[in-house]
Amino acid sequence: MPRAFTPKVVTANALLEGYVIYLTDAGDWTRDLSRALLITDEAEAQLRLLDAERQPDVAVGVYLADVTPGRDGRPEPTHFREEFRRTGPSNYFHGKQATR
Amino acid sequence: MYRYTDFDAAFLAERNQQFRAQVERRIAGHLTEEEFKPLRLMNGVYLQLHAYMLRVAIPYGTLSGRQMDRLADIAERWDKGYGHFTTRQNIQFNWPKLRDIPDMLDALAEVEMHAIQTSGNTIRNVTADHFAGAAADEIADPRPVAELIRQWSTDHPEFQFLPRKFKIAVTGSPNDRAVTRAHDIGLRMVRDAAGAPGFEVIVGGGLGRTPMIGKVVRGFLPEADLLPYLEAVVSVWNLLGRRDNKFKSRIKITVHEHGIDDIRARVEERFAQLRPAFSGVDQEMLAGLRAHFAPPAFREAPTVAYDAAYKGDPLFRSWADTNLAAHRAPGYAIVSISLKKQGATPGDASADQMRVMAELAREYGHDELRISHEQNVILPHVHKSDLPAVHAALREAGLHTANLGLISDIIACPGMDYCALATARSIPIAQQIATRFDELKLEHDIGHLQIKISGCINACGHHHVGHIGILGLDRAGVENYQITLGGDATETAALGERAGPGFSAEEIVPAIERLIDGYLALREGPQETFLQTYRRIGLSPFKRYLYPEARANAA
Repeated sequence: MPRAFTPKVVTANALLEGYVIYLTDAGDWTRDLSRALLITDEAEAQLRLLDAERQPDVAVGVYLADVTPGRDGRPEPTHFREEFRRTGPSNYFHGKQATR
Repeated sequence: MYRYTDFDAAFLAERNQQFRAQVERRIAGHLTEEEFKPLRLMNGVYLQLHAYMLRVAIPYGTLSGRQMDRLADIAERWDKGYGHFTTRQNIQFNWPKLRDIPDMLDALAEVEMHAIQTSGNTIRNVTADHFAGAAADEIADPRPVAELIRQWSTDHPEFQFLPRKFKIAVTGSPNDRAVTRAHDIGLRMVRDAAGAPGFEVIVGGGLGRTPMIGKVVRGFLPEADLLPYLEAVVSVWNLLGRRDNKFKSRIKITVHEHGIDDIRARVEERFAQLRPAFSGVDQEMLAGLRAHFAPPAFREAPTVAYDAAYKGDPLFRSWADTNLAAHRAPGYAIVSISLKKQGATPGDASADQMRVMAELAREYGHDELRISHEQNVILPHVHKSDLPAVHAALREAGLHTANLGLISDIIACPGMDYCALATARSIPIAQQIATRFDELKLEHDIGHLQIKISGCINACGHHHVGHIGILGLDRAGVENYQITLGGDATETAALGERAGPGFSAEEIVPAIERLIDGYLALREGPQETFLQTYRRIGLSPFKRYLYPEARANAA
């Protein structure tokens, strides 16, 4: 039996700055995970991934990351790696946490 | 120090110009990421977790004050005001923007520095004993040889697409501070029975997924044979190396699969072919390089000021006892500056701190600095009479931590705070261990102890050769830390033994504390180091302390 599909976001690093970015519903990119498109359908995930891969001038290393809907339905990381990616390093107040 | 020739400067300028054009073409969309990635890696540019990272080589760990100042300028202008010194004598900038990197490389070139071959499947930055040219126990300064290897390996046409990366380390001292037994090739400068200089050549060492202690492939290699022999080793591996499987591609696996005798025979055959092609130009170059590394004019002066401070100032004395090493010149000392202040990130220095160290090098240290694989900075030549002033300046900059070789002098890779390959964080674990033992005021009582932490099996944090090694893994979506005991990075190199099940991020610091309690109870006296105790009694007595609940359950 194939494994059940779990919710995803499309994520990558921005070409120019290297920052972590997420695909939005409108097909552009945000640095804020809570504004990312939460994808619950596997076919849509594959299509959105293809769309994102067609933007090599913006996004590098595109992939689907596991998320879970938070209380308000916005995506929340399920793995600590994605938690660090949306936050920044733990030894300095640098990265995303500093720009919020 | 080595000064670039016109050829070096022109080569680097051209290379930087090429990379600038490659970046422009990538941004303009004329290069895909697939095409661009190998180009950026050849120039030390990684894409990490939160940003790009630029890895700059500090060949054999040697820097001038001017170069250190420039690293500070780069950190301030294009990064976030600090740099991270690594276990391979590199510095990493964690936040550069792609458009700025060509300017950063030009700024480096102005002070004769580069990021070439700090990544990719090439011969990487050549590392050496960080006490080179200064240590009392040294046979010969390894840096002229290391510079010769750097020049030979840089842009070597045969070795730009190797099966995998290739790392060479050189030591000129019998006390190995360059971890030569954990490199693809380790070179130990030795003399034969007649006193002629040469090398013991060690091959196939390495840490990572499959850790191996290197094996001696040639017990004595005459000095003049070095480059053809190195070329023979690398070319034998270049053909045999497992390009089909990334995890089996390093020379340590080739040596393991074929056996050292087979590799030796192949290398000797290849060496016999290559040797005649080396007409002696390399030896002329080596002789020229030696002049670049001539020792500074050491002065003869009384050490009264040192003696007085040592007697009268307990803080100074504590620092001197811990952070100084024996120098070959009378009246001199080697100063290790700890980048391991308890609670700070191991190996990080702010731009201000870099400038302080550069200024101290200029004023008191014959304008020389070194970076150690232990992620500290060294002033190799300081007259003892200047040490009180050096210590006072270090104190003002927060660089006076007296912990060299102690439990808080931890090697830690960037881990999952920065690295895209990491499976867990390293830095917070190092910070917590150092802070905890500082609170306990046990550090000096524990004595010489090396903790080395890696955030994944690639082992940049050298955990296999730590007296206590910590490996961070991802166990079912949770950070988990495995402990190894009894590793050794020196001439008596050994791989640590896995102690048992791993610990969570919350459990690891208490586990280390229990382990140290165990050591203090088990040692024969304060003179017996952790490693000596471990070698005397083995792993199992320590397990009782690490896993007390297992003992309770068994009872």
